Amino acid sequence: MENILQQIGIENYIYLSTLLFCVGIFGVLYRRNAIVMFMSIEIMLNAVNLLLVAFSTYHQDATGQVFVFFSMAVAAAEVAVGLAILVAVYRNLNNIDIDNLKNLKG
Amino acid sequence: MYTLIAIAGLGIICLIAEIFNLRKAIVPITILGLLGSLALTVPDFGHYYRYFNSMVITNNFSAAFSCLFIILTIFLIALTPDFHKEHKAKLSDFVAIKLFLLTGAIAMVCFGNLAMFFLGIEILSIALYVLAASQPKNLKSNEAGMKYFLMGAFASGFILFGIALIYGATGSFDTSVIYGKILENQPMPAWYFIGIVMMSIGLLFKIAAVPFHFWAPDVYEGSPALTTATMSTLTKVAAIAAFFKLMTSLNLTVPGTYITIISIVSILSMTVGNITALVQTNVKRMLAFSGISHAGFMLMVFFNPIETPGTLLYYTAAYAFAGIAAFAVILSVCGDKGNEEVYNFNGLGKRNPLMAAVLTCSLLSMAGIPIFSGFFAKFFLFNQVLSTGHVAIVIIAILNSIVSVGYYFKLILAMYTKEATSEVQPTPVMYTIVAVLSIALNIAMGLQPDFVLGLLKI
Repeated sequence: MENILQQIGIENYIYLSTLLFCVGIFGVLYRRNAIVMFMSIEIMLNAVNLLLVAFSTYHQDATGQVFVFFSMAVAAAEVAVGLAILVAVYRNLNNIDIDNLKNLKG
Repeated sequence: MYTLIAIAGLGIICLIAEIFNLRKAIVPITILGLLGSLALTVPDFGHYYRYFNSMVITNNFSAAFSCLFIILTIFLIALTPDFHKEHKAKLSDFVAIKLFLLTGAIAMVCFGNLAMFFLGIEILSIALYVLAASQPKNLKSNEAGMKYFLMGAFASGFILFGIALIYGATGSFDTSVIYGKILENQPMPAWYFIGIVMMSIGLLFKIAAVPFHFWAPDVYEGSPALTTATMSTLTKVAAIAAFFKLMTSLNLTVPGTYITIISIVSILSMTVGNITALVQTNVKRMLAFSGISHAGFMLMVFFNPIETPGTLLYYTAAYAFAGIAAFAVILSVCGDKGNEEVYNFNGLGKRNPLMAAVLTCSLLSMAGIPIFSGFFAKFFLFNQVLSTGHVAIVIIAILNSIVSVGYYFKLILAMYTKEATSEVQPTPVMYTIVAVLSIALNIAMGLQPDFVLGLLKI
Protein backbone atom coordinates (compact mmCIF):
# COMPACT_ATOMS: atom_id res chain seq x y z
CA MET A 1 0.00 0.00 0.00
CA GLU A 2 1.37 3.36 -0.88
CA ASN A 3 2.00 5.67 2.00
CA ILE A 4 -0.36 8.64 2.19
CA LEU A 5 2.66 10.85 2.84
CA GLN A 6 4.23 9.81 -0.46
CA GLN A 7 1.05 10.59 -2.33
CA ILE A 8 0.81 14.08 -0.93
CA GLY A 9 4.52 14.82 -0.66
CA ILE A 10 6.42 16.16 2.33
CA GLU A 11 6.76 19.61 0.72
CA ASN A 12 3.05 20.24 0.99
CA TYR A 13 3.12 19.51 4.70
CA ILE A 14 5.97 21.97 5.09
CA TYR A 15 4.08 24.62 3.12
CA LEU A 16 0.93 24.07 5.18
CA SER A 17 2.67 24.31 8.51
CA THR A 18 4.72 27.33 7.41
CA LEU A 19 1.48 29.00 6.36
CA LEU A 20 -0.13 28.21 9.71
CA PHE A 21 2.98 29.48 11.49
CA CYS A 22 2.78 32.76 9.55
CA VAL A 23 -0.92 33.08 10.44
CA GLY A 24 0.16 32.81 14.07
CA ILE A 25 2.94 35.38 13.66
CA PHE A 26 0.66 37.93 12.02
CA GLY A 27 -1.97 37.27 14.66
CA VAL A 28 0.52 38.15 17.39
CA LEU A 29 1.76 41.21 15.53
CA TYR A 30 -1.55 42.72 14.43
CA ARG A 31 -4.25 41.75 16.93
CA ARG A 32 -4.59 43.86 20.07
CA ASN A 33 -6.72 41.57 22.19
CA ALA A 34 -4.58 39.53 24.59
CA ILE A 35 -6.72 36.39 24.30
CA VAL A 36 -6.47 36.46 20.50
CA MET A 37 -2.71 36.90 20.82
CA PHE A 38 -2.56 33.82 23.04
CA MET A 39 -4.58 31.91 20.48
CA SER A 40 -2.17 33.01 17.76
CA ILE A 41 0.77 31.76 19.79
CA GLU A 42 -1.03 28.44 20.15
CA ILE A 43 -1.50 28.33 16.37
CA MET A 44 2.26 28.85 15.97
CA LEU A 45 3.02 25.99 18.34
CA ASN A 46 0.46 23.70 16.73
CA ALA A 47 1.85 24.42 13.28
CA VAL A 48 5.16 23.14 14.61
CA ASN A 49 3.46 20.06 16.04
CA LEU A 50 1.96 19.29 12.64
CA LEU A 51 5.37 19.68 11.04
CA LEU A 52 6.99 17.41 13.61
CA VAL A 53 4.42 14.68 13.08
CA ALA A 54 4.77 14.93 9.29
CA PHE A 55 8.56 14.66 9.52
CA SER A 56 8.21 11.82 11.98
CA THR A 57 6.22 9.82 9.43
CA TYR A 58 8.58 10.87 6.67
CA HIS A 59 11.60 9.52 8.53
CA GLN A 60 9.68 6.49 9.93
CA ASP A 61 10.97 7.53 13.35
CA ALA A 62 8.87 7.88 16.49
CA THR A 63 10.97 10.48 18.32
CA GLY A 64 9.26 13.29 16.48
CA GLN A 65 5.90 12.21 17.82
CA VAL A 66 7.28 11.97 21.34
CA PHE A 67 8.64 15.48 20.95
CA VAL A 68 5.11 16.64 20.12
CA PHE A 69 4.00 15.49 23.56
CA PHE A 70 6.76 17.55 25.15
CA SER A 71 5.81 20.58 23.14
CA MET A 72 2.10 20.20 23.96
CA ALA A 73 2.84 19.89 27.67
CA VAL A 74 5.08 22.95 27.53
CA ALA A 75 2.47 24.93 25.60
CA ALA A 76 -0.16 24.05 28.21
CA ALA A 77 2.11 25.15 31.05
CA GLU A 78 2.97 28.35 29.22
CA VAL A 79 -0.65 29.28 28.59
CA ALA A 80 -1.56 28.53 32.20
CA VAL A 81 0.97 31.12 33.33
CA GLY A 82 -0.10 33.50 30.58
CA LEU A 83 -3.76 33.35 31.56
CA ALA A 84 -2.85 33.97 35.19
CA ILE A 85 -1.00 37.13 34.14
CA LEU A 86 -4.00 38.08 32.01
CA VAL A 87 -6.33 37.77 35.01
CA ALA A 88 -4.01 40.02 37.03
CA VAL A 89 -4.06 42.60 34.23
CA TYR A 90 -7.85 42.42 34.00
CA ARG A 91 -8.22 43.02 37.74
CA ASN A 92 -6.16 46.20 37.45
CA LEU A 93 -7.49 47.59 34.17
CA ASN A 94 -10.91 45.97 33.68
CA ASN A 95 -10.04 45.12 30.10
CA ILE A 96 -7.46 43.06 28.25
CA ASP A 97 -6.53 45.39 25.42
CA ILE A 98 -2.77 45.29 24.91
CA ASP A 99 -2.73 48.98 23.90
CA ASN A 100 -3.53 49.95 27.49
CA LEU A 101 -0.26 48.43 28.63
CA LYS A 102 2.07 51.26 27.78
CA ASN A 103 3.08 52.75 31.10
CA LEU A 104 6.68 51.76 30.61
CA LYS A 105 8.33 54.18 28.24
CA GLY A 106 11.58 56.03 28.45
CA MET B 1 23.45 15.25 35.83
CA TYR B 2 23.18 14.64 39.58
CA THR B 3 23.29 18.41 39.96
CA LEU B 4 20.16 18.70 37.87
CA ILE B 5 18.26 16.12 39.92
CA ALA B 6 19.52 17.51 43.24
CA ILE B 7 18.41 21.04 42.42
CA ALA B 8 14.96 19.99 41.19
CA GLY B 9 14.62 17.98 44.42
CA LEU B 10 15.71 20.96 46.46
CA GLY B 11 12.97 23.06 44.85
CA ILE B 12 10.36 20.52 45.88
CA ILE B 13 11.80 20.34 49.41
CA CYS B 14 11.34 24.12 49.62
CA LEU B 15 7.67 23.83 48.78
CA ILE B 16 7.21 21.02 51.30
CA ALA B 17 9.07 22.92 54.03
CA GLU B 18 6.38 25.61 53.87
CA ILE B 19 3.71 22.99 54.61
CA PHE B 20 5.58 21.81 57.70
CA ASN B 21 5.98 25.33 59.07
CA LEU B 22 9.71 25.52 58.50
CA ARG B 23 9.60 28.91 56.80
CA LYS B 24 12.59 30.27 58.73
CA ALA B 25 14.73 27.35 57.63
CA ILE B 26 13.97 27.59 53.91
CA VAL B 27 16.71 30.01 52.88
CA PRO B 28 19.51 28.45 54.98
CA ILE B 29 18.55 24.95 53.79
CA THR B 30 18.44 26.10 50.17
CA ILE B 31 21.81 27.80 50.34
CA LEU B 32 23.36 24.74 52.00
CA GLY B 33 21.72 22.52 49.39
CA LEU B 34 23.06 24.68 46.59
CA LEU B 35 26.55 24.54 48.08
CA GLY B 36 26.12 20.77 48.18
CA SER B 37 25.14 20.66 44.52
CA LEU B 38 28.15 22.85 43.75
CA ALA B 39 30.24 20.11 45.34
CA LEU B 40 28.37 17.56 43.20
CA THR B 41 29.22 19.50 40.04
CA VAL B 42 32.95 19.93 40.64
CA PRO B 43 33.85 16.23 40.06
CA ASP B 44 32.39 16.56 36.53
CA PHE B 45 35.44 18.59 35.47
CA GLY B 46 37.73 16.70 33.15
CA HIS B 47 35.24 13.98 32.34
CA TYR B 48 32.81 13.38 29.53
CA TYR B 49 29.67 11.52 30.53
CA ARG B 50 26.48 10.73 28.67
CA TYR B 51 23.28 9.96 30.53
CA PHE B 52 19.83 8.72 29.45
CA ASN B 53 20.59 7.92 25.82
CA SER B 54 22.75 11.05 25.62
CA MET B 55 19.86 13.29 26.63
CA VAL B 56 22.26 14.87 29.13
CA ILE B 57 25.96 15.27 28.39
CA THR B 58 28.28 16.65 31.02
CA ASN B 59 31.71 17.96 30.15
CA ASN B 60 34.00 20.80 31.20
CA PHE B 61 31.80 23.40 29.52
CA SER B 62 28.60 22.31 31.24
CA ALA B 63 30.32 21.83 34.60
CA ALA B 64 31.90 25.29 34.53
CA PHE B 65 28.69 27.06 33.57
CA SER B 66 26.64 25.01 36.04
CA CYS B 67 29.00 26.16 38.80
CA LEU B 68 28.59 29.76 37.69
CA PHE B 69 24.77 29.46 37.64
CA ILE B 70 24.70 27.86 41.08
CA ILE B 71 26.87 30.62 42.57
CA LEU B 72 24.66 33.29 41.00
CA THR B 73 21.54 31.58 42.36
CA ILE B 74 23.04 31.42 45.85
CA PHE B 75 23.47 35.20 45.73
CA LEU B 76 19.98 35.75 44.35
CA ILE B 77 18.37 33.52 46.96
CA ALA B 78 20.33 35.22 49.74
CA LEU B 79 18.73 38.50 48.61
CA THR B 80 15.21 37.04 48.54
CA PRO B 81 14.03 37.16 52.19
CA ASP B 82 14.81 40.85 52.67
CA PHE B 83 13.34 41.79 49.31
CA HIS B 84 10.07 39.97 49.97
CA LYS B 85 9.81 40.86 53.65
CA GLU B 86 6.26 42.11 53.16
CA HIS B 87 5.16 38.82 51.61
CA LYS B 88 6.59 36.36 54.09
CA ALA B 89 3.95 33.76 53.23
CA LYS B 90 5.15 33.60 49.64
CA LEU B 91 8.82 33.11 50.47
CA SER B 92 8.86 29.39 49.68
CA ASP B 93 7.29 30.06 46.27
CA PHE B 94 9.87 32.67 45.35
CA VAL B 95 12.76 30.46 46.43
CA ALA B 96 11.33 27.36 44.76
CA ILE B 97 10.70 29.19 41.47
CA LYS B 98 14.30 30.43 41.48
CA LEU B 99 15.50 26.87 42.02
CA PHE B 100 13.39 25.59 39.12
CA LEU B 101 14.75 28.43 37.03
CA LEU B 102 18.24 27.21 37.90
CA THR B 103 17.24 23.68 36.85
CA GLY B 104 16.24 25.05 33.46
CA ALA B 105 19.47 27.02 33.16
CA ILE B 106 21.58 23.94 33.90
CA ALA B 107 19.56 21.82 31.47
CA MET B 108 20.34 24.47 28.84
CA VAL B 109 24.10 23.95 29.14
CA CYS B 110 24.25 20.17 29.53
CA PHE B 111 21.82 19.07 26.85
CA GLY B 112 22.76 16.37 24.36
CA ASN B 113 19.43 16.37 22.65
CA LEU B 114 17.33 19.20 21.28
CA ALA B 115 14.36 17.98 23.37
CA MET B 116 16.36 18.61 26.54
CA PHE B 117 17.44 21.99 25.22
CA PHE B 118 13.84 22.98 24.51
CA LEU B 119 12.66 21.81 27.92
CA GLY B 120 15.49 23.70 29.61
CA ILE B 121 14.73 26.95 27.85
CA GLU B 122 11.01 26.61 28.62
CA ILE B 123 11.54 25.79 32.31
CA LEU B 124 13.72 28.87 32.57
CA SER B 125 11.28 31.09 30.68
CA ILE B 126 8.09 29.98 32.43
CA ALA B 127 9.72 30.49 35.83
CA LEU B 128 10.70 33.99 34.73
CA TYR B 129 7.22 34.89 33.48
CA VAL B 130 5.93 34.10 36.94
CA LEU B 131 8.68 36.11 38.63
CA ALA B 132 8.23 39.10 36.31
CA ALA B 133 4.52 39.30 37.13
CA SER B 134 4.99 38.43 40.80
CA GLN B 135 3.45 41.68 42.11
CA PRO B 136 -0.13 41.13 40.94
CA LYS B 137 -1.42 44.45 42.29
CA ASN B 138 1.28 46.51 40.63
CA LEU B 139 0.31 47.47 37.09
CA LYS B 140 3.94 47.87 36.03
CA SER B 141 4.75 44.35 37.09
CA ASN B 142 1.65 43.08 35.25
CA GLU B 143 2.69 44.88 32.13
CA ALA B 144 6.23 43.55 32.36
CA GLY B 145 4.97 40.01 32.89
CA MET B 146 2.55 40.27 29.97
CA LYS B 147 5.15 41.69 27.60
CA TYR B 148 7.74 39.16 28.65
CA PHE B 149 5.26 36.33 28.29
CA LEU B 150 4.13 37.35 24.80
CA MET B 151 7.67 37.93 23.55
CA GLY B 152 9.00 34.81 25.25
CA ALA B 153 6.28 32.55 23.88
CA PHE B 154 6.75 34.12 20.44
CA ALA B 155 10.48 33.36 20.61
CA SER B 156 9.79 29.82 21.82
CA GLY B 157 7.62 29.31 18.76
CA PHE B 158 10.57 30.24 16.56
CA ILE B 159 12.93 27.94 18.44
CA LEU B 160 10.44 25.10 18.16
CA PHE B 161 9.96 25.67 14.44
CA GLY B 162 13.74 25.65 14.01
CA ILE B 163 14.02 22.38 15.92
CA ALA B 164 11.29 20.82 13.76
CA LEU B 165 13.05 21.84 10.55
CA ILE B 166 16.41 20.52 11.78
CA TYR B 167 14.68 17.27 12.71
CA GLY B 168 13.15 17.13 9.26
CA ALA B 169 16.53 17.58 7.61
CA THR B 170 18.50 15.12 9.73
CA GLY B 171 15.92 12.72 11.20
CA SER B 172 17.21 13.08 14.73
CA PHE B 173 17.12 15.36 17.77
CA ASP B 174 20.46 14.08 19.06
CA THR B 175 23.13 16.74 18.58
CA SER B 176 25.93 14.24 17.94
CA VAL B 177 23.85 12.42 15.29
CA ILE B 178 23.05 15.78 13.64
CA TYR B 179 26.73 16.69 13.73
CA GLY B 180 27.58 13.33 12.15
CA LYS B 181 25.10 13.98 9.34
CA ILE B 182 26.75 17.32 8.60
CA LEU B 183 30.20 15.71 8.55
CA GLU B 184 29.02 13.18 5.95
CA ASN B 185 29.08 16.24 3.73
CA GLN B 186 26.01 15.39 1.75
CA PRO B 187 24.23 18.56 0.63
CA MET B 188 21.80 19.39 3.41
CA PRO B 189 18.26 20.36 2.42
CA ALA B 190 17.48 24.07 2.62
CA TRP B 191 15.26 23.46 5.67
CA TYR B 192 18.31 22.71 7.74
CA PHE B 193 19.74 26.20 7.32
CA ILE B 194 16.33 27.81 7.76
CA GLY B 195 16.04 25.81 10.96
CA ILE B 196 19.40 27.06 12.24
CA VAL B 197 18.40 30.65 11.46
CA MET B 198 15.02 30.25 13.20
CA MET B 199 16.67 28.85 16.32
CA SER B 200 19.17 31.70 16.27
CA ILE B 201 16.34 34.23 16.06
CA GLY B 202 14.64 32.62 19.04
CA LEU B 203 17.82 32.66 21.10
CA LEU B 204 18.70 36.21 20.11
CA PHE B 205 15.27 37.17 21.50
CA LYS B 206 16.18 35.49 24.77
CA ILE B 207 19.57 37.19 25.10
CA ALA B 208 18.03 40.52 24.02
CA ALA B 209 20.33 41.34 21.10
CA VAL B 210 19.37 44.10 18.65
CA PRO B 211 17.07 43.90 16.58
CA PHE B 212 15.25 41.55 18.98
CA HIS B 213 15.79 43.67 22.07
CA PHE B 214 12.71 45.90 22.22
CA TRP B 215 11.07 43.99 25.05
CA ALA B 216 14.08 44.13 27.35
CA PRO B 217 13.98 47.74 28.67
CA ASP B 218 10.25 47.65 29.45
CA VAL B 219 10.42 44.25 31.10
CA TYR B 220 13.53 45.13 33.10
CA GLU B 221 11.97 48.37 34.30
CA GLY B 222 8.57 46.95 35.21
CA SER B 223 9.62 43.74 36.93
CA PRO B 224 10.39 43.67 40.65
CA ALA B 225 14.05 44.65 41.09
CA LEU B 226 15.16 41.20 42.22
CA THR B 227 13.62 39.64 39.12
CA THR B 228 15.45 42.20 37.00
CA ALA B 229 18.65 41.12 38.72
CA THR B 230 17.87 37.50 37.86
CA MET B 231 17.06 38.34 34.26
CA SER B 232 20.09 40.47 33.62
CA THR B 233 22.57 38.04 35.17
CA LEU B 234 21.47 34.41 35.33
CA THR B 235 19.12 34.35 32.35
CA LYS B 236 21.35 36.30 30.02
CA VAL B 237 24.37 34.15 30.87
CA ALA B 238 22.35 30.94 30.50
CA ALA B 239 20.95 32.00 27.14
CA ILE B 240 24.29 33.02 25.67
CA ALA B 241 25.96 29.84 26.98
CA ALA B 242 23.18 27.72 25.48
CA PHE B 243 23.45 29.59 22.19
CA PHE B 244 27.20 28.97 22.12
CA LYS B 245 26.85 25.30 23.01
CA LEU B 246 24.08 24.81 20.47
CA MET B 247 26.00 26.40 17.63
CA THR B 248 29.25 24.60 18.41
CA SER B 249 27.57 21.23 18.88
CA LEU B 250 25.62 21.51 15.63
CA ASN B 251 28.33 23.09 13.54
CA LEU B 252 31.80 23.57 14.95
CA THR B 253 33.20 25.55 12.06
CA VAL B 254 30.67 28.31 11.75
CA PRO B 255 30.17 29.16 8.06
CA GLY B 256 31.03 32.57 6.67
CA THR B 257 27.54 33.89 5.97
CA TYR B 258 26.50 33.07 9.49
CA ILE B 259 29.50 35.01 10.81
CA THR B 260 28.32 38.00 8.79
CA ILE B 261 24.89 37.86 10.41
CA ILE B 262 26.36 37.48 13.88
CA SER B 263 28.77 40.36 13.35
CA ILE B 264 25.95 42.66 12.21
CA VAL B 265 23.83 41.70 15.22
CA SER B 266 26.81 42.12 17.51
CA ILE B 267 27.73 45.59 16.19
CA LEU B 268 24.11 46.76 16.28
CA SER B 269 23.62 45.48 19.83
CA MET B 270 26.72 47.23 21.12
CA THR B 271 25.99 50.52 19.40
CA VAL B 272 22.24 50.78 19.92
CA GLY B 273 22.50 49.51 23.51
CA ASN B 274 25.19 51.98 24.49
CA ILE B 275 23.80 55.03 22.74
CA THR B 276 20.29 54.52 24.12
CA ALA B 277 21.68 53.91 27.59
CA LEU B 278 23.24 57.39 27.55
CA VAL B 279 19.86 59.12 27.77
CA GLN B 280 18.21 56.92 30.42
CA THR B 281 17.35 58.27 33.86
CA ASN B 282 16.03 55.03 35.34
CA VAL B 283 18.82 52.84 36.65
CA LYS B 284 17.09 49.55 35.85
CA ARG B 285 16.40 50.73 32.31
CA MET B 286 19.99 51.90 31.96
CA LEU B 287 21.27 48.51 33.08
CA ALA B 288 18.89 46.87 30.58
CA PHE B 289 20.52 48.78 27.74
CA SER B 290 23.94 48.08 29.21
CA GLY B 291 22.94 44.41 29.19
CA ILE B 292 21.99 44.68 25.51
CA SER B 293 25.41 46.10 24.69
CA HIS B 294 27.11 43.38 26.74
CA ALA B 295 25.13 40.79 24.78
CA GLY B 296 26.72 42.32 21.68
CA PHE B 297 30.19 41.89 23.19
CA MET B 298 29.41 38.30 24.20
CA LEU B 299 28.27 37.47 20.66
CA MET B 300 31.82 38.21 19.50
CA VAL B 301 32.88 34.79 20.83
CA PHE B 302 31.35 33.22 17.73
CA PHE B 303 34.21 34.51 15.58
CA ASN B 304 36.59 31.99 17.06
CA PRO B 305 34.40 29.32 18.65
CA ILE B 306 37.13 26.71 19.06
CA GLU B 307 39.31 28.82 21.34
CA THR B 308 36.82 31.09 23.05
CA PRO B 309 34.79 28.95 25.50
CA GLY B 310 37.15 29.97 28.32
CA THR B 311 36.81 33.63 27.39
CA LEU B 312 33.03 33.32 27.23
CA LEU B 313 33.00 31.85 30.73
CA TYR B 314 35.29 34.60 31.96
CA TYR B 315 33.30 37.39 30.32
CA THR B 316 29.92 36.12 31.49
CA ALA B 317 31.19 35.52 35.03
CA ALA B 318 32.71 38.99 35.21
CA TYR B 319 29.53 40.58 33.88
CA ALA B 320 27.22 38.54 36.11
CA PHE B 321 29.14 39.16 39.36
CA ALA B 322 29.31 42.88 38.62
CA GLY B 323 25.58 42.80 37.86
CA ILE B 324 24.71 41.03 41.11
CA ALA B 325 26.79 43.53 43.11
CA ALA B 326 25.16 46.47 41.33
CA PHE B 327 21.65 45.12 41.87
CA ALA B 328 22.30 44.37 45.55
CA VAL B 329 23.11 48.09 45.97
CA ILE B 330 20.10 49.14 43.89
CA LEU B 331 17.84 46.95 46.04
CA SER B 332 19.18 48.51 49.21
CA VAL B 333 18.93 52.10 47.93
CA CYS B 334 15.57 51.89 46.14
CA GLY B 335 14.05 49.22 48.39
CA ASP B 336 10.76 50.92 49.25
CA LYS B 337 10.91 54.03 47.07
CA GLY B 338 8.86 52.49 44.27
CA ASN B 339 11.12 53.80 41.52
CA GLU B 340 14.76 53.47 40.52
CA GLU B 341 15.54 56.94 39.17
CA VAL B 342 19.15 58.14 39.30
CA TYR B 343 18.38 60.89 41.86
CA ASN B 344 17.79 58.21 44.50
CA PHE B 345 21.53 57.62 44.44
CA ASN B 346 22.45 61.26 45.15
CA GLY B 347 24.86 61.50 48.04
CA LEU B 348 25.18 57.76 48.56
CA GLY B 349 28.95 58.22 48.80
CA LYS B 350 28.49 60.02 52.15
CA ARG B 351 25.48 58.16 53.49
CA ASN B 352 26.71 54.65 52.86
CA PRO B 353 30.32 54.69 51.66
CA LEU B 354 30.62 50.89 51.50
CA MET B 355 27.63 50.37 49.19
CA ALA B 356 28.68 53.37 47.08
CA ALA B 357 32.15 51.85 46.71
CA VAL B 358 30.69 48.48 45.70
CA LEU B 359 28.43 50.07 43.10
CA THR B 360 31.35 52.11 41.74
CA CYS B 361 33.50 48.99 41.47
CA SER B 362 30.81 47.02 39.69
CA LEU B 363 30.09 49.82 37.23
CA LEU B 364 33.81 50.25 36.55
CA SER B 365 34.04 46.51 35.94
CA MET B 366 31.18 46.65 33.43
CA ALA B 367 32.82 49.63 31.73
CA GLY B 368 36.10 47.72 31.50
CA ILE B 369 38.54 49.57 33.76
CA PRO B 370 41.65 47.58 34.79
CA ILE B 371 41.98 45.57 38.01
CA PHE B 372 38.33 44.60 37.69
CA SER B 373 37.68 41.43 35.73
CA GLY B 374 35.52 43.25 33.20
CA PHE B 375 38.66 44.78 31.73
CA PHE B 376 40.47 41.47 31.37
CA ALA B 377 37.35 39.84 29.93
CA LYS B 378 37.22 42.44 27.17
CA PHE B 379 41.00 42.26 26.72
CA PHE B 380 41.04 38.47 26.17
CA LEU B 381 37.96 38.59 23.99
CA PHE B 382 39.35 41.34 21.72
CA ASN B 383 42.68 39.54 21.54
CA GLN B 384 41.07 36.33 20.32
CA VAL B 385 38.84 38.07 17.83
CA LEU B 386 41.86 39.99 16.51
CA SER B 387 43.70 36.73 15.94
CA THR B 388 40.97 35.69 13.50
CA GLY B 389 41.45 38.93 11.55
CA HIS B 390 38.23 40.79 12.36
CA VAL B 391 39.90 44.13 13.03
CA ALA B 392 36.93 46.37 12.23
CA ILE B 393 34.60 44.83 14.78
CA VAL B 394 37.25 45.10 17.51
CA ILE B 395 37.66 48.82 16.77
CA ILE B 396 33.90 49.31 16.99
CA ALA B 397 33.81 47.36 20.24
CA ILE B 398 36.57 49.51 21.77
CA LEU B 399 34.78 52.71 20.73
CA ASN B 400 31.64 51.32 22.35
CA SER B 401 33.48 50.58 25.59
CA ILE B 402 34.54 54.23 25.67
CA VAL B 403 30.95 55.40 25.12
CA SER B 404 29.72 53.11 27.88
CA VAL B 405 31.97 54.86 30.42
CA GLY B 406 29.74 57.92 29.88
CA TYR B 407 26.58 56.50 31.37
CA TYR B 408 28.27 54.46 34.06
CA PHE B 409 29.93 57.65 35.31
CA LYS B 410 26.59 59.45 35.39
CA LEU B 411 25.60 57.20 38.27
CA ILE B 412 29.02 57.41 39.94
CA LEU B 413 28.96 61.22 39.77
CA ALA B 414 25.46 61.28 41.27
CA MET B 415 26.71 59.23 44.21
CA TYR B 416 29.79 61.28 44.99
CA THR B 417 29.18 64.86 43.87
CA LYS B 418 25.51 65.56 44.58
CA GLU B 419 23.87 66.22 47.93
CA ALA B 420 21.49 63.67 49.36
CA THR B 421 17.82 64.38 48.66
CA SER B 422 16.25 61.74 50.87
CA GLU B 423 16.84 60.48 54.37
CA VAL B 424 19.06 57.54 55.20
CA GLN B 425 17.45 54.15 55.38
CA PRO B 426 19.04 51.11 56.98
CA THR B 427 20.62 48.56 54.67
CA PRO B 428 19.76 44.92 55.42
CA VAL B 429 22.89 42.99 56.39
CA MET B 430 22.32 40.37 53.69
CA TYR B 431 22.40 42.96 50.91
CA THR B 432 25.79 44.19 52.14
CA ILE B 433 27.18 40.67 52.41
CA VAL B 434 26.03 39.69 48.91
CA ALA B 435 27.26 42.95 47.38
CA VAL B 436 30.70 42.70 48.98
CA LEU B 437 31.12 38.98 48.26
CA SER B 438 30.17 39.25 44.63
CA ILE B 439 32.37 42.27 43.95
CA ALA B 440 35.19 40.46 45.79
CA LEU B 441 34.73 37.48 43.44
CA ASN B 442 34.84 39.90 40.52
CA ILE B 443 38.11 41.47 41.70
CA ALA B 444 39.57 38.05 42.54
CA MET B 445 38.86 36.96 38.98
CA GLY B 446 40.60 40.09 37.78
CA LEU B 447 43.69 39.25 39.85
CA GLN B 448 43.76 35.57 38.89
CA PRO B 449 42.35 35.33 35.36
CA ASP B 450 44.27 32.14 34.56
CA PHE B 451 42.24 30.07 36.99
CA VAL B 452 38.90 30.71 35.26
CA LEU B 453 40.34 30.60 31.75
CA GLY B 454 42.15 27.34 32.59
CA LEU B 455 38.86 25.60 33.43
CA LEU B 456 37.97 25.36 29.77
CA LYS B 457 41.43 24.98 28.19
CA ILE B 458 41.47 22.34 25.53
